[in-house]
Amino acid sequence: MRKELRLSGSGGQGLITAGIILAEAAMRDGLEAVQTQSYGPEARGGAAKAEVILSDAEVDYPKVTSPDYILAMTPIACDRYGCNIKPGAKLVVDEDLVPNAPDSKHCYKFPITKISKEITGRPLSANIVALGVLNELFKFVSPERLEEAVRQRVPKASVEDNVRALNEGIRYTREKMQDK
Amino acid sequence: MADRLRLMQGNEACALAAAMAGVRFFAGYPITPSTEIAEQMSEMLPKLGGKFIQMEDEIASMAAIVGASLAGMKSMTATSGPGFSLKQENIGFATFTEVPCVVVNVQRTGPSTGLPTNTAQGDMMQAKYGSHGDIPAIALYPSTVPEIFDMTIKAINISEMLRQPVILLMDEIIAHMREKILVPTQEEVDKMLVSRPKPAKGIDKYLPYDASMSDVPPLAAYGEGYRFHVTGLYHDATGFPTSKPAEVDAKIRRIHRKVNNVVDDITFLRYDQMDDAEYAIVSCGSTARSARRAVVLAREKGIKVGSLQLKTIWPFPEAKVSEVCSKVKKVIVPEMNMGQMVHEVERVAKGRCKVVPYNRVDGEPLTPEEILETLAKEVAW
Repeated sequence: MRKELRLSGSGGQGLITAGIILAEAAMRDGLEAVQTQSYGPEARGGAAKAEVILSDAEVDYPKVTSPDYILAMTPIACDRYGCNIKPGAKLVVDEDLVPNAPDSKHCYKFPITKISKEITGRPLSANIVALGVLNELFKFVSPERLEEAVRQRVPKASVEDNVRALNEGIRYTREKMQDK
Repeated sequence: MADRLRLMQGNEACALAAAMAGVRFFAGYPITPSTEIAEQMSEMLPKLGGKFIQMEDEIASMAAIVGASLAGMKSMTATSGPGFSLKQENIGFATFTEVPCVVVNVQRTGPSTGLPTNTAQGDMMQAKYGSHGDIPAIALYPSTVPEIFDMTIKAINISEMLRQPVILLMDEIIAHMREKILVPTQEEVDKMLVSRPKPAKGIDKYLPYDASMSDVPPLAAYGEGYRFHVTGLYHDATGFPTSKPAEVDAKIRRIHRKVNNVVDDITFLRYDQMDDAEYAIVSCGSTARSARRAVVLAREKGIKVGSLQLKTIWPFPEAKVSEVCSKVKKVIVPEMNMGQMVHEVERVAKGRCKVVPYNRVDGEPLTPEEILETLAKEVAW
Protein backbone atom coordinates (compact mmCIF):
# COMPACT_ATOMS: atom_id res chain seq x y z
CA MET A 1 0.00 0.00 0.00
CA ARG A 2 1.35 3.39 -1.00
CA LYS A 3 -0.94 6.42 -0.93
CA GLU A 4 0.27 9.72 -2.35
CA LEU A 5 -1.31 13.01 -1.27
CA ARG A 6 -0.68 16.49 -2.58
CA LEU A 7 -1.94 19.49 -0.61
CA SER A 8 -1.69 22.55 -2.82
CA GLY A 9 -2.49 26.22 -2.55
CA SER A 10 -0.59 29.35 -1.73
CA GLY A 11 2.03 30.17 0.88
CA GLY A 12 0.43 31.07 4.22
CA GLN A 13 -2.56 28.71 3.93
CA GLY A 14 -0.95 26.27 6.34
CA LEU A 15 -0.72 23.38 3.92
CA ILE A 16 2.75 22.33 5.01
CA THR A 17 1.53 22.24 8.62
CA ALA A 18 -1.45 20.17 7.51
CA GLY A 19 0.88 17.74 5.75
CA ILE A 20 3.05 17.41 8.85
CA ILE A 21 0.01 16.77 11.07
CA LEU A 22 -1.33 14.06 8.79
CA ALA A 23 2.08 12.37 8.56
CA GLU A 24 2.48 12.52 12.33
CA ALA A 25 -0.95 10.98 12.88
CA ALA A 26 -0.14 8.23 10.39
CA MET A 27 3.15 7.50 12.16
CA ARG A 28 1.27 7.15 15.46
CA ASP A 29 -1.08 4.77 13.70
CA GLY A 30 1.88 2.55 12.87
CA LEU A 31 2.24 3.54 9.21
CA GLU A 32 5.36 4.73 7.44
CA ALA A 33 4.95 8.37 6.50
CA VAL A 34 7.09 10.88 4.67
CA GLN A 35 6.26 14.54 4.24
CA THR A 36 7.96 16.81 1.73
CA GLN A 37 7.24 20.31 0.54
CA SER A 38 8.05 22.76 -2.14
CA TYR A 39 7.79 26.49 -2.20
CA GLY A 40 9.30 29.47 -3.96
CA PRO A 41 11.72 32.02 -2.52
CA GLU A 42 8.77 34.18 -1.32
CA ALA A 43 7.84 34.17 2.40
CA ARG A 44 4.11 34.14 1.66
CA GLY A 45 1.92 34.21 -1.40
CA GLY A 46 3.38 32.25 -4.30
CA ALA A 47 2.54 28.63 -4.95
CA ALA A 48 3.11 26.19 -2.09
CA LYS A 49 2.51 22.53 -1.78
CA ALA A 50 3.01 19.83 0.77
CA GLU A 51 3.16 16.18 -0.14
CA VAL A 52 2.58 13.19 2.08
CA ILE A 53 3.23 9.54 1.34
CA LEU A 54 1.59 6.93 3.52
CA SER A 55 2.79 3.37 3.25
CA ASP A 56 2.89 0.09 5.10
CA ALA A 57 6.50 -0.48 4.01
CA GLU A 58 9.67 1.66 3.94
CA VAL A 59 9.10 4.71 1.75
CA ASP A 60 11.90 4.77 -0.82
CA TYR A 61 11.23 7.62 -3.24
CA PRO A 62 9.92 10.40 -0.98
CA LYS A 63 8.25 12.62 -3.59
CA VAL A 64 4.78 12.40 -5.08
CA THR A 65 4.74 11.65 -8.81
CA SER A 66 1.10 10.78 -9.47
CA PRO A 67 -1.04 11.67 -6.48
CA ASP A 68 -4.00 9.56 -5.40
CA TYR A 69 -5.49 12.46 -3.45
CA ILE A 70 -5.23 16.15 -4.21
CA LEU A 71 -6.35 19.11 -2.15
CA ALA A 72 -6.53 22.39 -4.10
CA MET A 73 -7.05 25.60 -2.14
CA THR A 74 -6.51 28.12 -4.96
CA PRO A 75 -7.65 28.30 -8.62
CA ILE A 76 -4.03 28.12 -9.79
CA ALA A 77 -3.37 25.00 -7.71
CA CYS A 78 -6.52 23.42 -9.15
CA ASP A 79 -5.44 24.21 -12.71
CA ARG A 80 -1.97 22.92 -12.12
CA TYR A 81 -2.65 19.77 -10.11
CA GLY A 82 -6.41 19.11 -10.34
CA CYS A 83 -6.99 18.79 -14.08
CA ASN A 84 -4.87 15.89 -15.30
CA ILE A 85 -5.34 13.53 -12.41
CA LYS A 86 -4.83 9.84 -12.88
CA PRO A 87 -7.89 7.56 -13.15
CA GLY A 88 -9.39 6.90 -9.76
CA ALA A 89 -7.62 9.82 -8.08
CA LYS A 90 -9.70 12.12 -5.88
CA LEU A 91 -9.73 15.90 -5.89
CA VAL A 92 -10.95 18.00 -2.97
CA VAL A 93 -11.36 21.76 -3.37
CA ASP A 94 -12.46 24.76 -1.39
CA GLU A 95 -15.69 25.49 -3.26
CA ASP A 96 -15.61 29.23 -2.55
CA LEU A 97 -11.96 29.77 -3.46
CA VAL A 98 -11.80 27.46 -6.47
CA PRO A 99 -14.59 28.38 -8.93
CA ASN A 100 -12.80 26.55 -11.71
CA ALA A 101 -13.05 23.12 -10.09
CA PRO A 102 -14.13 20.45 -12.57
CA ASP A 103 -17.58 18.87 -12.34
CA SER A 104 -16.79 15.24 -11.86
CA LYS A 105 -17.70 12.51 -9.46
CA HIS A 106 -14.06 12.47 -8.42
CA CYS A 107 -14.14 16.11 -7.38
CA TYR A 108 -15.40 16.88 -3.88
CA LYS A 109 -16.35 20.48 -3.14
CA PHE A 110 -16.46 21.79 0.41
CA PRO A 111 -16.72 25.30 1.92
CA ILE A 112 -13.45 24.72 3.77
CA THR A 113 -12.38 28.29 4.51
CA LYS A 114 -15.98 29.33 5.24
CA ILE A 115 -16.24 26.62 7.90
CA SER A 116 -13.02 27.88 9.49
CA LYS A 117 -14.43 31.43 9.64
CA GLU A 118 -17.74 30.22 11.12
CA ILE A 119 -16.11 28.10 13.80
CA THR A 120 -13.12 30.21 14.80
CA GLY A 121 -13.95 33.64 13.39
CA ARG A 122 -10.87 33.47 11.19
CA PRO A 123 -9.80 31.77 7.95
CA LEU A 124 -6.57 30.52 9.53
CA SER A 125 -7.83 27.07 10.50
CA ALA A 126 -8.89 26.19 6.95
CA ASN A 127 -5.94 23.79 6.78
CA ILE A 128 -7.25 21.91 9.81
CA VAL A 129 -10.82 21.88 8.49
CA ALA A 130 -9.40 20.43 5.28
CA LEU A 131 -7.70 17.67 7.26
CA GLY A 132 -11.03 16.80 8.88
CA VAL A 133 -12.71 16.70 5.48
CA LEU A 134 -9.99 14.62 3.84
CA ASN A 135 -9.75 12.12 6.65
CA GLU A 136 -13.52 11.68 6.92
CA LEU A 137 -13.74 11.10 3.16
CA PHE A 138 -10.80 8.75 2.77
CA LYS A 139 -10.05 7.37 6.26
CA PHE A 140 -6.28 7.72 6.17
CA VAL A 141 -5.78 7.59 9.93
CA SER A 142 -7.83 7.11 13.09
CA PRO A 143 -9.65 10.31 14.14
CA GLU A 144 -8.11 10.03 17.63
CA ARG A 145 -4.54 10.08 16.29
CA LEU A 146 -5.41 12.97 13.99
CA GLU A 147 -6.76 15.05 16.87
CA GLU A 148 -3.68 14.20 18.97
CA ALA A 149 -1.42 15.34 16.16
CA VAL A 150 -3.36 18.60 15.75
CA ARG A 151 -3.07 19.28 19.48
CA GLN A 152 0.70 18.73 19.35
CA ARG A 153 1.50 20.79 16.26
CA VAL A 154 -0.63 23.95 16.39
CA PRO A 155 0.29 26.94 18.59
CA LYS A 156 -0.85 26.46 22.20
CA ALA A 157 -3.21 29.44 22.18
CA SER A 158 -5.17 28.06 19.24
CA VAL A 159 -5.41 24.38 20.17
CA GLU A 160 -9.10 24.45 21.11
CA ASP A 161 -10.08 26.51 18.05
CA ASN A 162 -8.25 24.10 15.80
CA VAL A 163 -9.72 21.01 17.38
CA ARG A 164 -13.20 22.50 16.90
CA ALA A 165 -12.29 23.27 13.29
CA LEU A 166 -11.16 19.69 12.78
CA ASN A 167 -14.32 18.24 14.28
CA GLU A 168 -16.54 20.54 12.26
CA GLY A 169 -14.74 19.47 9.09
CA ILE A 170 -15.44 15.85 10.02
CA ARG A 171 -19.08 16.49 11.01
CA TYR A 172 -19.88 18.55 7.92
CA THR A 173 -18.39 15.92 5.65
CA ARG A 174 -20.23 13.05 7.31
CA GLU A 175 -23.53 14.89 6.96
CA LYS A 176 -22.96 15.91 3.37
CA MET A 177 -21.95 12.41 2.31
CA GLN A 178 -25.02 10.93 4.04
CA ASP A 179 -27.24 13.31 2.09
CA LYS A 180 -25.69 12.02 -1.12
CA MET B 1 9.76 5.68 23.97
CA ALA B 2 6.71 7.60 22.75
CA ASP B 3 8.70 10.84 22.85
CA ARG B 4 11.61 9.22 21.09
CA LEU B 5 9.49 8.15 18.10
CA ARG B 6 9.30 11.37 16.11
CA LEU B 7 8.37 12.66 12.70
CA MET B 8 11.48 14.73 12.16
CA GLN B 9 12.90 16.95 9.45
CA GLY B 10 16.33 16.08 8.08
CA ASN B 11 17.86 19.37 9.18
CA GLU B 12 16.33 18.96 12.63
CA ALA B 13 17.81 15.45 12.94
CA CYS B 14 21.24 16.82 12.02
CA ALA B 15 21.07 19.53 14.70
CA LEU B 16 19.72 17.18 17.36
CA ALA B 17 22.38 14.56 16.64
CA ALA B 18 25.11 17.21 16.84
CA ALA B 19 23.85 18.46 20.19
CA MET B 20 23.55 14.92 21.56
CA ALA B 21 27.06 14.11 20.30
CA GLY B 22 28.46 16.97 22.32
CA VAL B 23 28.75 19.80 19.80
CA ARG B 24 28.69 22.90 21.98
CA PHE B 25 29.71 25.57 19.49
CA PHE B 26 27.92 26.49 16.30
CA ALA B 27 28.76 29.51 14.18
CA GLY B 28 26.83 30.08 11.01
CA TYR B 29 25.22 32.39 8.54
CA PRO B 30 21.73 31.04 7.78
CA ILE B 31 21.12 30.04 4.18
CA THR B 32 18.34 28.06 2.52
CA PRO B 33 18.02 25.06 2.54
CA SER B 34 20.21 24.62 5.65
CA THR B 35 18.63 27.34 7.81
CA GLU B 36 16.74 25.01 10.15
CA ILE B 37 20.05 23.60 11.40
CA ALA B 38 21.17 27.04 12.59
CA GLU B 39 17.69 27.72 13.93
CA GLN B 40 17.66 24.52 16.00
CA MET B 41 21.20 25.04 17.25
CA SER B 42 20.35 28.58 18.36
CA GLU B 43 17.55 27.14 20.46
CA MET B 44 19.36 24.13 21.89
CA LEU B 45 22.93 25.24 22.54
CA PRO B 46 22.33 28.04 25.09
CA LYS B 47 20.26 25.60 27.18
CA LEU B 48 23.14 23.10 27.10
CA GLY B 49 25.77 25.62 28.16
CA GLY B 50 26.99 25.91 24.58
CA LYS B 51 27.34 28.86 22.25
CA PHE B 52 25.51 29.80 19.08
CA ILE B 53 26.85 32.72 17.08
CA GLN B 54 25.37 34.15 13.92
CA MET B 55 28.49 35.53 12.27
CA GLU B 56 28.73 38.28 9.67
CA ASP B 57 29.27 35.79 6.85
CA GLU B 58 30.28 32.25 6.00
CA ILE B 59 34.02 32.94 5.98
CA ALA B 60 33.84 34.23 9.54
CA SER B 61 31.65 31.33 10.70
CA MET B 62 34.19 28.84 9.40
CA ALA B 63 36.99 30.74 11.13
CA ALA B 64 34.96 30.83 14.36
CA ILE B 65 34.45 27.08 14.53
CA VAL B 66 38.16 26.48 13.95
CA GLY B 67 38.92 28.78 16.90
CA ALA B 68 36.31 27.17 19.12
CA SER B 69 37.60 23.71 18.31
CA LEU B 70 41.15 24.77 19.22
CA ALA B 71 39.70 25.90 22.54
CA GLY B 72 38.51 22.33 23.04
CA MET B 73 34.88 22.40 21.91
CA LYS B 74 33.27 20.11 19.39
CA SER B 75 32.25 22.61 16.71
CA MET B 76 30.02 22.69 13.66
CA THR B 77 28.71 24.99 10.95
CA ALA B 78 26.05 24.47 8.28
CA THR B 79 25.58 26.10 4.92
CA SER B 80 24.60 25.64 1.29
CA GLY B 81 26.52 26.03 -2.00
CA PRO B 82 27.25 29.78 -1.99
CA GLY B 83 28.40 29.58 1.63
CA PHE B 84 30.33 26.37 1.04
CA SER B 85 32.37 28.21 -1.60
CA LEU B 86 33.24 30.93 0.90
CA LYS B 87 34.26 28.43 3.57
CA GLN B 88 36.77 26.65 1.37
CA GLU B 89 39.88 28.56 2.37
CA ASN B 90 39.32 27.95 6.06
CA ILE B 91 38.38 24.31 5.43
CA GLY B 92 41.84 23.99 3.91
CA PHE B 93 43.32 25.80 6.89
CA ALA B 94 41.57 23.48 9.37
CA THR B 95 42.65 20.40 7.41
CA PHE B 96 46.26 21.52 7.27
CA THR B 97 46.41 22.69 10.88
CA GLU B 98 44.56 19.50 11.92
CA VAL B 99 41.62 21.05 13.72
CA PRO B 100 38.55 18.82 14.10
CA CYS B 101 35.22 20.31 13.00
CA VAL B 102 32.15 19.41 10.95
CA VAL B 103 30.87 21.40 7.97
CA VAL B 104 27.36 20.59 6.76
CA ASN B 105 26.56 21.50 3.16
CA VAL B 106 22.90 21.16 2.20
CA GLN B 107 23.10 21.25 -1.59
CA ARG B 108 20.79 23.46 -3.61
CA THR B 109 20.75 24.24 -7.33
CA GLY B 110 23.84 26.16 -8.47
CA PRO B 111 26.05 27.60 -9.83
CA SER B 112 26.10 30.87 -7.90
CA THR B 113 22.89 31.75 -6.02
CA GLY B 114 21.07 29.38 -8.40
CA LEU B 115 17.70 28.18 -7.13
CA PRO B 116 17.69 28.59 -3.34
CA THR B 117 14.73 26.30 -2.61
CA ASN B 118 15.50 23.56 -5.15
CA THR B 119 17.58 20.45 -4.89
CA ALA B 120 20.85 19.43 -6.56
CA GLN B 121 24.04 17.42 -6.15
CA GLY B 122 26.42 19.90 -7.72
CA ASP B 123 28.97 20.07 -4.90
CA MET B 124 30.26 16.50 -4.91
CA MET B 125 33.62 17.45 -6.37
CA GLN B 126 33.79 20.71 -4.45
CA ALA B 127 33.64 18.67 -1.24
CA LYS B 128 36.96 17.15 -2.26
CA TYR B 129 38.68 19.70 -4.46
CA GLY B 130 37.14 22.97 -3.25
CA SER B 131 40.16 24.05 -1.26
CA HIS B 132 43.58 24.56 -2.81
CA GLY B 133 46.48 22.20 -2.28
CA ASP B 134 46.18 18.47 -1.69
CA ILE B 135 43.35 18.00 0.80
CA PRO B 136 42.63 14.49 2.13
CA ALA B 137 38.89 15.16 2.11
CA ILE B 138 36.30 13.18 4.01
CA ALA B 139 32.64 13.59 3.03
CA LEU B 140 29.59 11.61 4.11
CA TYR B 141 26.14 11.79 2.48
CA PRO B 142 23.02 10.24 4.08
CA SER B 143 19.67 9.57 2.35
CA THR B 144 17.11 9.23 5.14
CA VAL B 145 16.33 11.07 8.37
CA PRO B 146 17.62 8.22 10.59
CA GLU B 147 20.76 8.12 8.42
CA ILE B 148 21.21 11.88 8.84
CA PHE B 149 21.14 11.43 12.61
CA ASP B 150 23.58 8.56 12.47
CA MET B 151 25.99 10.09 9.96
CA THR B 152 26.09 13.41 11.80
CA ILE B 153 27.44 11.51 14.81
CA LYS B 154 29.84 9.59 12.56
CA ALA B 155 31.09 12.85 10.99
CA ILE B 156 31.76 14.32 14.43
CA ASN B 157 33.50 11.14 15.58
CA ILE B 158 35.70 10.88 12.51
CA SER B 159 36.72 14.53 12.77
CA GLU B 160 37.68 14.05 16.41
CA MET B 161 39.45 10.77 15.78
CA LEU B 162 41.54 12.14 12.91
CA ARG B 163 41.86 15.80 13.95
CA GLN B 164 40.44 17.05 10.71
CA PRO B 165 37.32 18.63 9.18
CA VAL B 166 34.61 16.30 7.92
CA ILE B 167 32.04 17.41 5.35
CA LEU B 168 28.47 16.20 5.83
CA LEU B 169 26.69 16.54 2.50
CA MET B 170 22.93 16.66 2.22
CA ASP B 171 20.52 17.91 -0.43
CA GLU B 172 17.36 20.00 -0.22
CA ILE B 173 15.08 16.97 -0.46
CA ILE B 174 16.44 15.05 2.51
CA ALA B 175 17.08 18.23 4.51
CA HIS B 176 13.48 19.42 4.29
CA MET B 177 11.82 16.02 4.26
CA ARG B 178 10.17 14.74 7.41
CA GLU B 179 10.05 11.06 8.27
CA LYS B 180 10.02 8.66 11.15
CA ILE B 181 12.97 8.30 13.47
CA LEU B 182 13.41 6.56 16.78
CA VAL B 183 15.78 8.94 18.52
CA PRO B 184 18.39 7.06 20.56
CA THR B 185 18.74 7.86 24.25
CA GLN B 186 21.60 10.09 25.40
CA GLU B 187 23.16 7.03 27.00
CA GLU B 188 23.10 5.18 23.67
CA VAL B 189 24.67 8.15 21.90
CA ASP B 190 27.34 8.53 24.60
CA LYS B 191 28.46 4.95 23.95
CA MET B 192 29.12 5.79 20.29
CA LEU B 193 31.22 8.89 20.92
CA VAL B 194 34.92 9.28 20.21
CA SER B 195 37.05 12.13 21.53
CA ARG B 196 40.17 13.72 20.07
CA PRO B 197 43.51 12.48 21.42
CA LYS B 198 44.78 14.84 24.15
CA PRO B 199 48.27 15.25 25.60
CA ALA B 200 49.06 14.10 29.14
CA LYS B 201 49.03 16.84 31.77
CA GLY B 202 52.23 18.46 32.98
CA ILE B 203 54.61 17.51 30.19
CA ASP B 204 57.60 19.83 29.84
CA LYS B 205 57.23 20.71 26.23
CA TYR B 206 53.96 20.05 24.38
CA LEU B 207 54.47 19.60 20.65
CA PRO B 208 51.14 20.01 18.81
CA TYR B 209 52.35 18.21 15.68
CA ASP B 210 54.62 15.57 17.15
CA ALA B 211 53.70 12.51 15.09
CA SER B 212 56.41 10.24 16.45
CA MET B 213 53.87 8.15 18.35
CA SER B 214 50.85 8.40 16.04
CA ASP B 215 49.82 9.90 12.72
CA VAL B 216 47.21 11.79 14.74
CA PRO B 217 49.15 13.85 17.31
CA PRO B 218 47.40 14.73 20.61
CA LEU B 219 45.66 18.11 20.55
CA ALA B 220 45.69 20.32 23.65
CA ALA B 221 42.88 22.81 24.18
CA TYR B 222 43.77 26.47 24.43
CA GLY B 223 43.24 27.58 27.99
CA GLU B 224 44.33 24.31 29.55
CA GLY B 225 47.92 25.43 30.12
CA TYR B 226 49.81 24.55 26.98
CA ARG B 227 50.82 27.32 24.59
CA PHE B 228 51.24 26.42 20.97
CA HIS B 229 51.44 27.96 17.55
CA VAL B 230 49.02 27.30 14.70
CA THR B 231 49.82 28.38 11.16
CA GLY B 232 48.72 27.63 7.62
CA LEU B 233 52.36 27.68 6.56
CA TYR B 234 54.13 24.34 6.50
CA HIS B 235 55.09 23.62 10.10
CA ASP B 236 57.23 21.23 12.10
CA ALA B 237 56.34 19.40 15.33
CA THR B 238 56.37 22.67 17.29
CA GLY B 239 53.79 24.26 15.01
CA PHE B 240 56.25 26.92 13.78
CA PRO B 241 56.97 27.38 10.07
CA THR B 242 59.43 25.20 8.25
CA SER B 243 60.44 24.92 4.62
CA LYS B 244 62.80 21.98 5.04
CA PRO B 245 61.89 19.63 2.16
CA ALA B 246 61.96 16.54 4.38
CA GLU B 247 59.58 18.08 6.92
CA VAL B 248 57.30 19.46 4.21
CA ASP B 249 57.14 16.07 2.53
CA ALA B 250 56.51 14.28 5.82
CA LYS B 251 53.68 16.63 6.81
CA ILE B 252 51.65 16.40 3.62
CA ARG B 253 52.14 12.64 3.35
CA ARG B 254 51.14 12.13 6.97
CA ILE B 255 47.84 14.01 6.75
CA HIS B 256 46.91 11.88 3.75
CA ARG B 257 48.14 8.68 5.39
CA LYS B 258 46.05 9.21 8.50
CA VAL B 259 42.91 9.16 6.31
CA ASN B 260 44.07 6.40 3.95
CA ASN B 261 44.87 4.13 6.88
CA VAL B 262 41.28 4.13 8.12
CA VAL B 263 39.42 4.01 4.78
CA ASP B 264 37.67 0.75 5.65
CA ASP B 265 36.50 2.14 8.98
CA ILE B 266 35.00 5.25 7.41
CA THR B 267 33.43 3.65 4.33
CA PHE B 268 29.67 3.35 4.72
CA LEU B 269 27.49 1.76 2.03
CA ARG B 270 24.04 0.34 1.55
CA TYR B 271 23.35 -2.53 -0.83
CA ASP B 272 19.87 -3.36 -2.13
CA GLN B 273 19.25 -6.51 -4.19
CA MET B 274 22.84 -6.69 -5.41
CA ASP B 275 23.33 -10.43 -4.86
CA ASP B 276 22.14 -11.64 -8.28
CA ALA B 277 22.29 -8.26 -10.03
CA GLU B 278 23.36 -8.02 -13.68
CA TYR B 279 22.97 -4.25 -13.59
CA ALA B 280 23.77 -1.80 -10.80
CA ILE B 281 22.69 1.70 -9.94
CA VAL B 282 25.33 3.63 -8.00
CA SER B 283 24.05 6.78 -6.34
CA CYS B 284 23.90 8.84 -3.17
CA GLY B 285 21.68 11.15 -1.14
CA SER B 286 18.07 11.55 -2.18
CA THR B 287 18.90 10.04 -5.57
CA ALA B 288 19.66 6.75 -3.80
CA ARG B 289 16.00 6.68 -2.72
CA SER B 290 14.95 7.09 -6.36
CA ALA B 291 17.37 4.28 -7.22
CA ARG B 292 15.86 1.95 -4.61
CA ARG B 293 12.38 2.61 -6.06
CA ALA B 294 13.71 2.06 -9.59
CA VAL B 295 15.10 -1.32 -8.48
CA VAL B 296 11.66 -2.38 -7.23
CA LEU B 297 9.99 -1.24 -10.47
CA ALA B 298 12.64 -2.90 -12.67
CA ARG B 299 12.51 -6.19 -10.75
CA GLU B 300 8.74 -6.26 -11.42
CA LYS B 301 9.65 -6.24 -15.13
CA GLY B 302 12.17 -9.03 -14.61
CA ILE B 303 15.32 -6.90 -14.85
CA LYS B 304 18.00 -8.12 -12.44
CA VAL B 305 19.21 -4.83 -11.04
CA GLY B 306 20.51 -3.75 -7.65
CA SER B 307 21.46 -0.52 -5.95
CA LEU B 308 24.64 0.56 -4.24
CA GLN B 309 24.26 3.69 -2.14
CA LEU B 310 27.47 5.52 -1.30
CA LYS B 311 27.11 7.02 2.16
CA THR B 312 30.81 7.81 2.14
CA ILE B 313 31.67 9.91 -0.90
CA TRP B 314 35.25 10.83 0.00
CA PRO B 315 37.53 8.99 0.24
CA PHE B 316 35.80 7.37 -2.74
CA PRO B 317 34.97 3.73 -1.83
CA GLU B 318 37.17 2.39 -4.62
CA ALA B 319 37.44 -1.24 -3.52
CA LYS B 320 33.71 -1.72 -3.02
CA VAL B 321 32.70 0.04 -6.22
CA SER B 322 35.35 -1.93 -8.11
CA GLU B 323 33.88 -5.16 -6.77
CA VAL B 324 30.44 -4.18 -8.13
CA CYS B 325 31.94 -3.20 -11.49
CA SER B 326 33.55 -6.61 -11.81
CA LYS B 327 30.21 -8.39 -11.30
CA VAL B 328 27.69 -6.52 -13.43
CA LYS B 329 27.26 -5.76 -17.14
CA LYS B 330 26.43 -2.10 -16.75
CA VAL B 331 26.36 0.53 -14.04
CA ILE B 332 23.93 3.46 -14.16
CA VAL B 333 25.05 6.57 -12.26
CA PRO B 334 22.10 8.93 -11.79
CA GLU B 335 23.00 12.36 -10.42
CA MET B 336 21.40 15.77 -10.03
CA ASN B 337 24.40 17.46 -11.69
CA MET B 338 26.13 17.42 -15.07
CA GLY B 339 28.07 14.26 -14.15
CA GLN B 340 30.50 14.22 -11.23
CA MET B 341 30.61 10.90 -9.35
CA VAL B 342 30.24 9.09 -12.67
CA HIS B 343 33.88 9.95 -13.41
CA GLU B 344 34.98 8.23 -10.20
CA VAL B 345 32.93 5.15 -11.09
CA GLU B 346 34.43 5.12 -14.61
CA ARG B 347 37.92 5.42 -13.17
CA VAL B 348 37.35 2.47 -10.88
CA ALA B 349 35.50 0.36 -13.49
CA LYS B 350 38.61 0.43 -15.71
CA GLY B 351 36.52 -0.56 -18.72
CA ARG B 352 35.25 -3.81 -17.16
CA CYS B 353 31.62 -2.71 -17.42
CA LYS B 354 29.79 0.06 -19.24
CA VAL B 355 29.21 3.09 -17.04
CA VAL B 356 26.12 5.09 -18.00
CA PRO B 357 25.53 8.60 -16.63
CA TYR B 358 22.04 10.00 -16.16
CA ASN B 359 21.77 13.65 -15.24
CA ARG B 360 18.90 15.84 -14.16
CA VAL B 361 19.75 19.53 -13.80
CA ASP B 362 16.47 21.49 -13.77
CA GLY B 363 16.17 21.84 -9.98
CA GLU B 364 13.54 19.10 -9.80
CA PRO B 365 14.00 15.71 -8.11
CA LEU B 366 15.44 12.89 -10.20
CA THR B 367 12.60 10.36 -10.39
CA PRO B 368 12.64 6.54 -10.24
CA GLU B 369 10.88 6.46 -13.64
CA GLU B 370 13.77 8.30 -15.30
CA ILE B 371 16.26 5.81 -13.91
CA LEU B 372 14.04 2.93 -14.99
CA GLU B 373 13.81 4.34 -18.52
CA THR B 374 17.60 4.73 -18.74
CA LEU B 375 18.06 1.21 -17.44
CA ALA B 376 15.47 -0.28 -19.81
CA LYS B 377 17.27 1.29 -22.80
CA GLU B 378 20.57 -0.21 -21.66
CA VAL B 379 19.01 -3.63 -21.14
CA ALA B 380 17.46 -3.56 -24.64
CA TRP B 381 20.72 -2.33 -26.27
